[in-house]
Amino acid sequence: MVHKMLGGAALAVAVLMSGSAMAEKRTLVFNTDTSDPAPKAAMEELITLFEAENPDVDVVVNMFDHEGYKTAIRNFLTADAPDVANWYAGNRMAPFVKAGQFTDVSDVWAANGLTDKLSSSLGSMTIDGKQWGVPYTYYQWGIYYNKDLYKKVGVEVPKTWDEFIANCAKFKAAGIDCVTTGSKALWPIAGIFDYLNLRTNGYDFHMQLTNGEVPWTDDRVKATFKEWEKLVGPGYMTANHAALEWQDAAALMVQGKAANYVMGNFAVAVFKDGGMTNDSLGFMVFPEITPGLPKAEEAPTDTFHIPVGAKNVADAKKFLAFAARADVQTALNKTLGQLPVNKESSVDANDPFLTAGFETVSGAAGVAQFFDRDAPAEMAKAGMEGFQEFTIKPDRLDAILERLEKMRQRVYK
Amino acid sequence: MPTFFKMHQRRLAPWLFLAPGALFFLFYVIAPIFESMALSLYDWDGLGEATWIGFGNYVELIGDEAFYISLKNNVLWLVLYMLAIPFGLMIAIFLNQTVWGIRAYKSLFFFPFVISQVVVGLMFSWFYAPNFGLLYTIIEAITGQGVAILADERYVTYGIIAAGLWPQIAYVMILYLTGLNNVAPDQIEAARLDGAKGWKMLWYVILPQLRPATFIAVVVTVIGALRSFDLVSIMTDGGPYGSSRVLSFYMYEQALSEYGYRMGYGAAIAVVLFAIMMVFITGFIWKMWRDEKDH
Repeated sequence: MVHKMLGGAALAVAVLMSGSAMAEKRTLVFNTDTSDPAPKAAMEELITLFEAENPDVDVVVNMFDHEGYKTAIRNFLTADAPDVANWYAGNRMAPFVKAGQFTDVSDVWAANGLTDKLSSSLGSMTIDGKQWGVPYTYYQWGIYYNKDLYKKVGVEVPKTWDEFIANCAKFKAAGIDCVTTGSKALWPIAGIFDYLNLRTNGYDFHMQLTNGEVPWTDDRVKATFKEWEKLVGPGYMTANHAALEWQDAAALMVQGKAANYVMGNFAVAVFKDGGMTNDSLGFMVFPEITPGLPKAEEAPTDTFHIPVGAKNVADAKKFLAFAARADVQTALNKTLGQLPVNKESSVDANDPFLTAGFETVSGAAGVAQFFDRDAPAEMAKAGMEGFQEFTIKPDRLDAILERLEKMRQRVYK
Repeated sequence: MPTFFKMHQRRLAPWLFLAPGALFFLFYVIAPIFESMALSLYDWDGLGEATWIGFGNYVELIGDEAFYISLKNNVLWLVLYMLAIPFGLMIAIFLNQTVWGIRAYKSLFFFPFVISQVVVGLMFSWFYAPNFGLLYTIIEAITGQGVAILADERYVTYGIIAAGLWPQIAYVMILYLTGLNNVAPDQIEAARLDGAKGWKMLWYVILPQLRPATFIAVVVTVIGALRSFDLVSIMTDGGPYGSSRVLSFYMYEQALSEYGYRMGYGAAIAVVLFAIMMVFITGFIWKMWRDEKDH
């Protein structure tokens, strides 16, 4: 039945193509979920640049809603494949690679020396020794904080977790939430877990855990939760975060009701829309927990892929090579307000957050993709629900870990 | 020579008229039911090969905590949703009078049923929202400590059901208002002469005449409760940590959401939900069939 549908789609495309052949241009169909303002502008810029260099190619963009895209991609890959689609690195692309939906683009990497230029993402783009797409941007996670509140309470930006917790006591006394989050959509809570685990047990352990190689009932996992307990127990986290969207929690920080927010760099735009400036908004790397442990960071990577059903593979590969180039990534990420993956690119020196992020991620001992991209979807969902439950009912920790362990044994067969 | 059609015209015609509807029903309702049942015996991610695992999905359901939470919430929905019937009746009786401007009142009461469930869900989420929601601030003003209904596993399902009741009461009210139009005035007159009033009048004279309306109200309320999905999805997304899920939402989450794609497992949940619905549907059909026969 799938083959019949493919046939129908191919026929439809053939009819369309015969129309555009009149203009003597080859079309490159590009499906993307970059519907938010900044990503949309960046994609338009990328396409304009590409078309300027390749005047014989006409890029046809199908813009999807960001959330809807996650479902749509499963349909269009089999039913009506574009030539290029954007997606995410790490475990998120694994199902499509394993189902044979993405084209192997190792040749694009080899021909353009990308293994060296995009070295930070080589690991997350490789499955079975081959590369399945090209990364074009990532962004750092870390702690964004309200500088004014730090001054008001009279505390210094902490270097270690103990100092951080000590600050929290003072924030609490002043009636300010030390750490805020909005976990209605679950994922924001995972950022906190990831960093606590990366700082307590290190990058390799975190990867083993998300790969299902370590039981969730392991003592090292419990050690991570013990650190989290220091936040949850005394009530240093925003109450009711389960009913808040992440933007609602950002508002709490803008309004001076919360001091710290473990978030991705995309939140800077929201903080600034709310009236914060470079003078009142600060960024710090998540503080050290286990002394001497090399610091790994979270930097979720966005990628371009060529579906197996693509009709114009030659131009699609040209597009991928183009998007990997240093100058293109510099321009693209300037508009996006994110970090280029190509190490020969540069970031805007006037943006303290990007500069700090670029330094942090380039110097990181490892780059994690974020819990819901490193762990398979089902494990991610169960995990994030567990984290949320823990922050509300910390005494249920053992039951939660048992449940996650049961899930681990089923998911990673 | 009369053709076959002419000879059997009277017997064939109804079937011909029924054919388009029946075909669509067969194709879009009956066939998918069996397809889902078949699918529930497979392990399939929607992309790769499906593997036959027999009753594996059902065995897993039996040990699945989330399934029992959803089932429990579905029962809560069923029971509490029934409140729409007495409330709807109450409002209908209250509005069933001839006062100047009563039509405007009636349409205002009917308003929540007209707006989309998504809008109802959003309005109630803001109503409950911590820090700025109306209910939250009221509770905070009275007790000094606000309650975030949608973040608390103890209240969240009740909060969503309350949101669902609002349009459902309006729906039931309309059913009763039309029913009340058909109540025979001479019987009320007669009852009044016999000295009936108040509760006795309602119980022995009005309600028996409203039985058809009550039947329909029960049917739409049961169905509404069992297919509750949109409000859960809009207001909490099943959260906090899955405590407000209902079966239909859990099915969606397992089969079609971002973190799911377990088509077989989702289908197994759907089959269970179907079995529960079947109990009620059989009951309704049996009652209707019996009524038809009596006439």
